[in-house]
Amino acid sequence: MADLSVSFCGVKAPNPFWLASAPPTDKAYNVERAFRAGWGGVVWKTLGEDGPPIVNVSGPRYGAWHGPDRRVLGLNNIELITDRPLEINLREIAQVKRDWPDRAMIVSLMVPCVEEAWKAILPRVEATGADGIELNFGCPHGMSERGMGAAVGQVPDYIEMVTRWCKAHTRMPVFVKLTPNITDIRFPARAARQGGADAVTLINTITSVMGVDLDAMAPWPPIDGQASHGGYCGPSVKPIALNMVGQIARDPQTHGLPISGIGGITTWRDAAEFMALGCGTVQVCTAAMVYGFKIIDELTSGLSAWMDEKGYASVSDFVGRAVPRFTEWQHLNLDYVAKARIDQDLCIQCGRCHIACEDTSHQAITREKDGKRHFEVIDAECVGCNLCTIVCPVEDCITLVPLTEGVDPRTGTPVGGRRTWMEHPNNPSVAAE
Amino acid sequence: MSQDHVAIVFAEPDIAARRLPSATLEANFGDIHPPLDRHEARVAADRCLFCWDAPCVTACPTGIDIPLFIRQIAAGNPLVAAKTILDANIMGGMCARVCPTETLCEQACVREAAEGAPVKIGLLQRHATDALMESGRQPYRQGTPTGRNVAVVGAGPAGLSCAHKLATLGHEVTLYEAREKPAGLNEYGIAAYKTPNDFAAREAEFILGVGGIALKTGVALGRDITLETLRTEHDAVFLALGLSAVNALGLGEEALDGVEDAVAFIARLRQAKDPGEIAIGRRVVVIGGGMTAIDMATQARRLGAEDVTIVYRRGPESMAASRYEQELAQTNGVLIRHWLKPKALVAAGGRVTGVTFEYTQAQDGRLTGTGETLNLPCDQAFKAIGQAPGGFPALALEGGRIRVDAERRTSLAGVWAGGDCIAGGQDLTVAAVEDGKQAALSIDRALAARATA
Repeated sequence: MADLSVSFCGVKAPNPFWLASAPPTDKAYNVERAFRAGWGGVVWKTLGEDGPPIVNVSGPRYGAWHGPDRRVLGLNNIELITDRPLEINLREIAQVKRDWPDRAMIVSLMVPCVEEAWKAILPRVEATGADGIELNFGCPHGMSERGMGAAVGQVPDYIEMVTRWCKAHTRMPVFVKLTPNITDIRFPARAARQGGADAVTLINTITSVMGVDLDAMAPWPPIDGQASHGGYCGPSVKPIALNMVGQIARDPQTHGLPISGIGGITTWRDAAEFMALGCGTVQVCTAAMVYGFKIIDELTSGLSAWMDEKGYASVSDFVGRAVPRFTEWQHLNLDYVAKARIDQDLCIQCGRCHIACEDTSHQAITREKDGKRHFEVIDAECVGCNLCTIVCPVEDCITLVPLTEGVDPRTGTPVGGRRTWMEHPNNPSVAAE
Repeated sequence: MSQDHVAIVFAEPDIAARRLPSATLEANFGDIHPPLDRHEARVAADRCLFCWDAPCVTACPTGIDIPLFIRQIAAGNPLVAAKTILDANIMGGMCARVCPTETLCEQACVREAAEGAPVKIGLLQRHATDALMESGRQPYRQGTPTGRNVAVVGAGPAGLSCAHKLATLGHEVTLYEAREKPAGLNEYGIAAYKTPNDFAAREAEFILGVGGIALKTGVALGRDITLETLRTEHDAVFLALGLSAVNALGLGEEALDGVEDAVAFIARLRQAKDPGEIAIGRRVVVIGGGMTAIDMATQARRLGAEDVTIVYRRGPESMAASRYEQELAQTNGVLIRHWLKPKALVAAGGRVTGVTFEYTQAQDGRLTGTGETLNLPCDQAFKAIGQAPGGFPALALEGGRIRVDAERRTSLAGVWAGGDCIAGGQDLTVAAVEDGKQAALSIDRALAARATA
């Protein structure tokens, strides 16, 4: 049996599946249910400074993008940080940590961007016995209008500054949660490391408008006829999150900085992918909100089975394993040639590959043979773009097969070489030499 | 009497109305396929792959753009989807109910090849067309008047389709119908549970709602009007006469009570205000292997007949009724017996009391009797062994039906024909609709050519 336990920046947990700072971790009741279900840790929903509690809207806080069978493909929210009094949250955190000492208890924080505010709250969190803090520099709605959350996360200098304050005023590990609403994720990650962050957490939600009600002529879902943008998460953000995680993992300036990955993780495979791209732990929210905490059973059993099959004894055996193969376009082999191959036994004759290629790509798939409907790849036209394999409704019916010898019938170039753009004769900078 | 009836004495025939409580009858003759609700339709629509040059379209006699209308449903637009359907097939609503989709579009669906479960094209088509009917909207209107007048004889699927297309093209249409109501077999010849809530009549009304079509019911060709007159008084004639006769067993059934044509029974049942009014035997034998036999037998069961047997002279694969229809009858408790042909009617006191069948076998494709017989006692016997041509005017025939070319032109100039009355017909509503549509387009071309000549 694979060992799923993790030690992340010194924080120990029985498994790498933590609940992200979000509605499911707002109070002891939910967190204890999660722990009973088997979750390895939680990031307690963001606490703000002492004072009048946060006020949330009492209308739709969530919007979703559904598949035709009501599968939630993406979720958007406009809920703010916790709207419960600080004292109650701190008391509950202390109690839950005491009752569940083996689980990771990270506390998310968001206070105004002044040192005194951070200095005031940190000792109180430390007193709960929590294992660490996560700085919420990511929340893109509401709080950002007040100079917090993503408003801080979008300015690397602020990230560095606040991270430094926190490192100075607490002994707890400091995780910095990054917003994806920036142009290049590496800059805020570098700033976090500069400030002394023990880890970065990403991604927070993506600013979004879920739709427009064409009868009411208002964005959807509305609050009394109006709507603001929200933060988008769930399965559809996974590709964006994977890229950002991978960019930080492979950036020489942040390489080795522990990462807690977030972004649409729904199954063990999603989690394993994030971990292979460098995440020591993963955080889940949308999947739990849609299906309940019981999904942890699939996550742990699935990851464990896969690790056993691959011979990974512990999660550290595969964390970051895919990072070395995540590179830049200019390092890709331009002499590699793959051609689409259609398995005629599996083909159901829908013609989607043909029309996709014919209308929008390379005219590389036939429509008939001997007067009969027949779809076959024309090697002299196929660039191996993968569109046909994507639109094919039958799994494994169309595959991309690399050419291993001979000449690419499309270009007349011998296959098997290894030239990247850096060596390619069409690259003006190469030709100049 | 040309035939001696076998003298075997059975108990008094038991034929009665109201065998079942009203509520049961109401349920039995309600909608056999509950329509898809909006969510079910979206889920079903999502399975469509939007194939290129889709095989389902090729398989549809009317060439409905199925992937497009399904995509329009998926995008939340059933009314637009309905227009896509009706543009190709003005009886898309009825076809959604009666088409043997399992041998047409749904058989061709690539999902059938992939997973053995086609996209529910028929039910999706119904979802869209129902939505349009419920909306009360009329998306068609009469075309710019051409001053031409076309006679359409027969207001069944072929006739209505032709009349509608002609009207949209601006031609005035006079639509003659021998019966009291339009819609032909949709109104008189299909099981009630396939088209409840008077759908055939509502659809006919919708089709006639295009305007420019004068419906004259109770007017029969050969009795009240002649083809010669029609040719003189109209610019073109379309014959959609259907098949007015039924095949005979040739066992002297005319002389016996308790033997009836299935089509006549089905029509009576369809026209009854309450199915409870219709008497049915306790034991029923239905002779035949087509859709009519299935509709007859299934409805007999649903009226409360205890033992209903369909008897067909060949094996199940030769039955004109689709496998789905055969199974429908069977799940309704109908016993289907194969390889038996009627040999004699058993009678007592002028009433049928049973049917004697001879076992059959196929030898080199030819059907022969084995000499062995089987007696099936019954209170009623229905023959559903096919309809036959009858009362056709003088024009070239082929196999007893009217010969037409690809454009549905007959041997007489200015006379077109379509539907069940033409040779090579498929005896399907959808094929009849296509005949009407193609004939209308051909008539339109001919009239336009005549105008410029």
